[in-house]
Amino acid sequence: MIRAAQDNRLAGGAIDRSRTIRFTFDGKSYAGHPGDTLSSALLANGVRLMGRSFKYHRPRGVLSAGSEEPNALVELRSGARQEPNTRATTAELFDGLVAKSQNRLPSLKFDAMAINDRFSNFLTAGFYYKTFMWPAAFWEKLYEPIIRKAAGLGSLSLQDDPDGYDKGFLHCDLLIIGGGPAGLAAALRAGRAGASVILADEDYIFGGRLNAETFAVGMQTGQAWAAATMAELQSLPNVRCMTRTTIVGAFDHGIYSAVERVSDHLAVTPAGKPRQILWRIYSKRALLCAGAIERPIAFENNDRPGIMLAGSMRAYANRWAVTAAKRVAIFTNNDDGHRTAADLLAKGVKVMAVIDTRADAPRIADCELLPDAQVTDTTGRLGLSYIHVRLGDGSERNIECGALGVSGGWNPNVHMTCHQRGRPVWNAEIAAFVPGESGTPGLTVAGAANGDFSTAAALRTGSDQAAAALRDLDIDAPALDLPQAEDAPINLQPFWYVQGGKGRAWLDQQNDVTVKDVTLAHQENFRSVEHLKRYTTLGMATDQGKTSNMGGLAIMAELAGKSIPEVGTTMFRPPYTPVPIGTFGGRARGKNFHPTRETPSHRFSVEHNASFVEVGNWLRAQWFTQPGEVHWRESVDREVRAVRGSVGVCDVTTLGKIDVQGTDAAGFLNKVYANGFAKLAVGKTRYGLMLREDGMAMDDGTAARLSEDHFVMTTTTANAVGVYRHLEFVRQCLFPDMDVQLISTTEAWAQYAVAGPNSRKLLQKIVDPDVDITNEGFEFMACREITVCGGLRARLFRISFSGELAYEIAVPTRYGDAMFRRIMEAGREFDVVPYGTEALGVMRIEKGHAAGSELNGTSTALNLGMGRMVSRTKDSIGSTLSQREGLNKPDALMLVGFKPVDSTHKVTAGGHLMTKGTPVDAKHDQGYVTSAAFSPSLNSSIGLGFLRDGGNRFGEILTLTTPLTGADVDVEVVSAHFVDPKGDRLRA
Amino acid sequence: MIINHPLLGPRDAQEFTYLGDASLIDRPDWEAADAQEQFYEYAYLRDNPAGEHRELWFHEIGDRSWLVVTRNTLTHEITSVEMARDVARSKGRSK
Amino acid sequence: MRYSGLRIIKEALTGNKGWKPAWRDPEPQPAYDFVIIGGGGHGLATAYYLASTFGKKRIAVLEKGWIGGGNVGRNTTIIRSNYLLEGNGPFYEYALKLWEGLEQELNYNAMVSQRGILNLIHTDAQRTAFTRRGNAMILNGADAEMLGVEQIRARYPFLNFNDARFPIKGGLAQHRGGTVRHDAVAWGYARGADNLGVDIIQNCEVTGFRIENGVCKGVETSRGFIGAGKVASCVAGSSSRLMAKAGMRLPIESTVLQAFVTEGLKPVLPGVITFGAGHFYCSQSDKGGLVFGGDPDGYNTYAQRGNLPVVEGVMESGMALIPALGRARVLRMWGGLMDMSMDGSPIIDRTEIEGLYFNGGWCYGGFKATPASGMCYAHLLARDIPHEYATAYRFDRFRRGYMIDEKGVGAQPNLH
Repeated sequence: MIRAAQDNRLAGGAIDRSRTIRFTFDGKSYAGHPGDTLSSALLANGVRLMGRSFKYHRPRGVLSAGSEEPNALVELRSGARQEPNTRATTAELFDGLVAKSQNRLPSLKFDAMAINDRFSNFLTAGFYYKTFMWPAAFWEKLYEPIIRKAAGLGSLSLQDDPDGYDKGFLHCDLLIIGGGPAGLAAALRAGRAGASVILADEDYIFGGRLNAETFAVGMQTGQAWAAATMAELQSLPNVRCMTRTTIVGAFDHGIYSAVERVSDHLAVTPAGKPRQILWRIYSKRALLCAGAIERPIAFENNDRPGIMLAGSMRAYANRWAVTAAKRVAIFTNNDDGHRTAADLLAKGVKVMAVIDTRADAPRIADCELLPDAQVTDTTGRLGLSYIHVRLGDGSERNIECGALGVSGGWNPNVHMTCHQRGRPVWNAEIAAFVPGESGTPGLTVAGAANGDFSTAAALRTGSDQAAAALRDLDIDAPALDLPQAEDAPINLQPFWYVQGGKGRAWLDQQNDVTVKDVTLAHQENFRSVEHLKRYTTLGMATDQGKTSNMGGLAIMAELAGKSIPEVGTTMFRPPYTPVPIGTFGGRARGKNFHPTRETPSHRFSVEHNASFVEVGNWLRAQWFTQPGEVHWRESVDREVRAVRGSVGVCDVTTLGKIDVQGTDAAGFLNKVYANGFAKLAVGKTRYGLMLREDGMAMDDGTAARLSEDHFVMTTTTANAVGVYRHLEFVRQCLFPDMDVQLISTTEAWAQYAVAGPNSRKLLQKIVDPDVDITNEGFEFMACREITVCGGLRARLFRISFSGELAYEIAVPTRYGDAMFRRIMEAGREFDVVPYGTEALGVMRIEKGHAAGSELNGTSTALNLGMGRMVSRTKDSIGSTLSQREGLNKPDALMLVGFKPVDSTHKVTAGGHLMTKGTPVDAKHDQGYVTSAAFSPSLNSSIGLGFLRDGGNRFGEILTLTTPLTGADVDVEVVSAHFVDPKGDRLRA
Repeated sequence: MIINHPLLGPRDAQEFTYLGDASLIDRPDWEAADAQEQFYEYAYLRDNPAGEHRELWFHEIGDRSWLVVTRNTLTHEITSVEMARDVARSKGRSK
Repeated sequence: MRYSGLRIIKEALTGNKGWKPAWRDPEPQPAYDFVIIGGGGHGLATAYYLASTFGKKRIAVLEKGWIGGGNVGRNTTIIRSNYLLEGNGPFYEYALKLWEGLEQELNYNAMVSQRGILNLIHTDAQRTAFTRRGNAMILNGADAEMLGVEQIRARYPFLNFNDARFPIKGGLAQHRGGTVRHDAVAWGYARGADNLGVDIIQNCEVTGFRIENGVCKGVETSRGFIGAGKVASCVAGSSSRLMAKAGMRLPIESTVLQAFVTEGLKPVLPGVITFGAGHFYCSQSDKGGLVFGGDPDGYNTYAQRGNLPVVEGVMESGMALIPALGRARVLRMWGGLMDMSMDGSPIIDRTEIEGLYFNGGWCYGGFKATPASGMCYAHLLARDIPHEYATAYRFDRFRRGYMIDEKGVGAQPNLH
């Protein structure tokens, strides 16, 4: 590889020449220095061509020196760390940096897609809305694939992002956005006053525009003043200075989102460090000191590599000591453009001319001045070689130059003042929008962001606005003794585009939106700014119009015969600059996406070969594989048979548990359950059905009355949080004087179902000897606070989900694991098995208990076969609206059971039910199967489901259709209670 | 957003769960002659104003208070935060 | 003027001087037979079908800002008909069929792209629910296919199949689902309606209704009174605000749904994909941006902007599903106002005020419904009886207990 010399490197600058850094661009190796960005280093090496445009694939060079860059986008790094669309202007150079150009085929210098440029007359704004319609099927098959392949910019690697991201929270009195002269003065004043301050800047050094200028501040250079100020700020414990930190969004109530690029400037992310951090900053006040962004002037072929913003050209010369070419020219409508000429001249660059649109252009730089002149066209295939100038007298002239600095004035960076739908207002003096009054509450603006462009004004307004913001917080901030600084007036004559040309003049260089496109949009009546944007894609590029929008607005205003403020602007939206999705995602990835809740018996389950299943955030044992079992069904069938044959134990801790206490506890439950609870005896448990106010079933569970004013309620696992919230709503908002207290005890108690004919015998070995759990002493639905294992407090409930003689025993969570093991040990003589959620599910289907699939939010008590449970003699949530006509249709869906006519066939959950002999379509739908399982007890597949008028259709044979698979099965309608319908086993 | 909890001070709205219009406190009398019509309006109809809105938030990741927050739906400015229980009592709700 | 490739060539060779305005900007007439309030997708579609299918004349669309500026211009462009319930399924399938012929009908390329939509499954309960849904879709005449993990991996190898907190267990695909260039829908209908003589009046805000003896006679606007035989509200997102001017309270709350787009990228995602264990869905636009979103912010708002918890939550879900997204950058986030109805389904109905009609409550499913919504609303306006596919979308379903609640969350709009 040939290493190019840094031919375009100038003297001075804020780069460290003592060290040389190697990097490659498109495989070619180059050298640069610490302090360089990728773009400054490429320019130093004479590379002007850095990218291709979106539509016409025109050659593109760097336009700016900051985050507003639309052109010089590269794929940075390689492999899984490849980062598409990275702005070369903000990518800090590091040793070994690898960058590739993008959106070109096969190479940057020869891009076959540039053929589009030849057909630009055909590819005007919105052309695609007018064609590609015939034949219809060709869109997906032919046109769209071609368009999609040509579109897009850089490529994602499609490998998992190997870097880590983090999030953090910060609080402050005053957040200062931008560390230029305004921001530094503000931070100094607020910092000295003792306020807690956060000063954030997207750049890797503070100073903002001072780093790009040669102005003195007081007796020192701007850079020296910035450095000295920073030294003081960094010594103040109440000031947090954050470089490489972009405030990306202003959200409600003073909350700002900030992205800190922790490791992007390093070759390798240090071990344990994140690549970036997303900060959520809670500010009492914020001050926007984000400066201004220069805007170009449109003229024919103004998009060639080498043509850039004049202020950026100056920044490259002063800060990075580079020039894009040996010979340059300037095209400006204001005084500031002339400064670039002066500074480049001072660096020894040959400035061929300053072309100024103003007839009274002042002579500022010591070079040729062409007043009342315009650049009409340019030449140079892959980089600028000539500009064509039309002079005031109409004569034309060609000037040879490799770079052209263009200045159309500066736009205050109002972005952050518009995130809450504030609208900027027009300032005619600077011919630009400035922040309006009703912007973001708590946010004020200083310096160039407010249209105060001089250094002196920035210092002054920064200081003043900081003091004003702190005054709101009752913090007195003494005035600063501000240094003298440049205070040049703004001399600008609005000038947006060069007229008279036949070719194309670019507004949005990335999206290839030209003056002609705006004209066409106007011609076709896409005249509102939003239509203009959406029809032409002006301002929709990766810079979101930072450099392009104003020109488009100005031209639309002219065409429509309106003023620019009448035309208005499109909406500024977060983020200020694009943010990696990874950064917003933070640590919530992979297994850490959500917290994992483990039940108290988790370790036991792991040790016993459990397969786990996600139930919300819980991990529950699904089944326990024993040696020799290959298919999960073997394990589940064995567990079911073991429970029904002897005894099994299942961790049911995940069920929601709510303690309800107080003298009105029973009255409260009477309100929240559809069925009555007032008369439930102490020591008894009752099944409860809870309705939503709209009359639909919300949840079910049990409530056990441990004492007169103490109940323990269970909820389903899925609804534990929602039910608790609902109960608090009923308690606090509907019945605020009820004497009742609630607390969620889901995590306080470990709870186990011990089920099967031998469950009592097993538990008798666990409970303390004085606890009577005989059938007489502790009958079905009994509950009691007891002691186990020699004095450990526990709660015992004789309730059953499986249909067997069963108990649930609860112990304080920390004893959960021990209790599980104790039960297993005590049950060894009964061949006790642990069983998982699958066996639990099979047994509840066999028993006909409703669960989540039946309580699906659209089922009523009536549908569930519990219509009569809804008491009409008391007020309970949902009872009134449950009486509506539509919920009580004569042929309402009813929960019933299904058995295949041929027991070798399978009942499929989610299948739909059809009456025999009717068409199989939605109109004839009779219902659907909610749950299905293989029942080892019946040796058949079985299902539960909702069937129209199901209660009157036992014995009918229906078609269960599953069009997804094509399977149709004949099923018989049966009672939902497949096992022990009379409940003899429960009560045994 | 930040909700200034009457007991706990300013808390990020992320700690709260939103329910809706504070009129949900005004649950009708189940024994009224037109109870079903009243419940229909209570459960389903909303003013949904563009401007000041009194609404219920639950401090789910916090002290489990229900709050009545007065917030402008155009600007999101919050002008008052009350304990829902106090509001309910002030509206005559009891047991 | 008719659009075609030939016309493009002709215009290109003559300097593109011949292109005509896509629609006119007429002054409002004193009165119309039909005044449609709202120049969004649904309003413009309604006007178009009133004029085309039902042959009606003297139609105006009043838009307070610029047409297409509401939800049709700020959604995530997805079309699908993967609905479960009998009130919804046939309607959305009808919409999908209308999408399939829309561009030829309108002579406007709205880039209807049937690249498919895939809803991922992560639990057995979801599999059951999606099986029921997929079956219902097929029974309604739509297409559906249940995909296994390996089929999904073949198409989307970069999903998290390795260390997912909620592993992918399958997915329900609708291959006829996809995306449409949303702005073009508004423009295409506007151009079509304008061609048929519909007056599209921008910057004309309705400030009140003139109601005499229970009959709506017209609307007061920022440009004066406009009389109307029938007034049709079609302003989803702002329905409550508008109908309050007629004294109506609606079963609707407004909330904001945020959406996001990344910088342009070379093709990554072939179709639309939705995460079943978090709030995230994503597609890639023809320009290359990944367009994605999640759940609404959930609080009542008319501010058209959201807050950070949802922003972060959506992208956390995105990273959980596609860890390769880490280095794609979000370019822009925005918000649209949703008419969240009390059962998650829309309303297309007469009101209690004679001559005043209502279309709204679309939650965040309005875009995909646009053609059917327009057709069914036009049917109701033209014939005063509901279209056969929209009979369930009545106001009184809540009073009578005939909710159409796909999610089963009840009368809490922000959960739909």
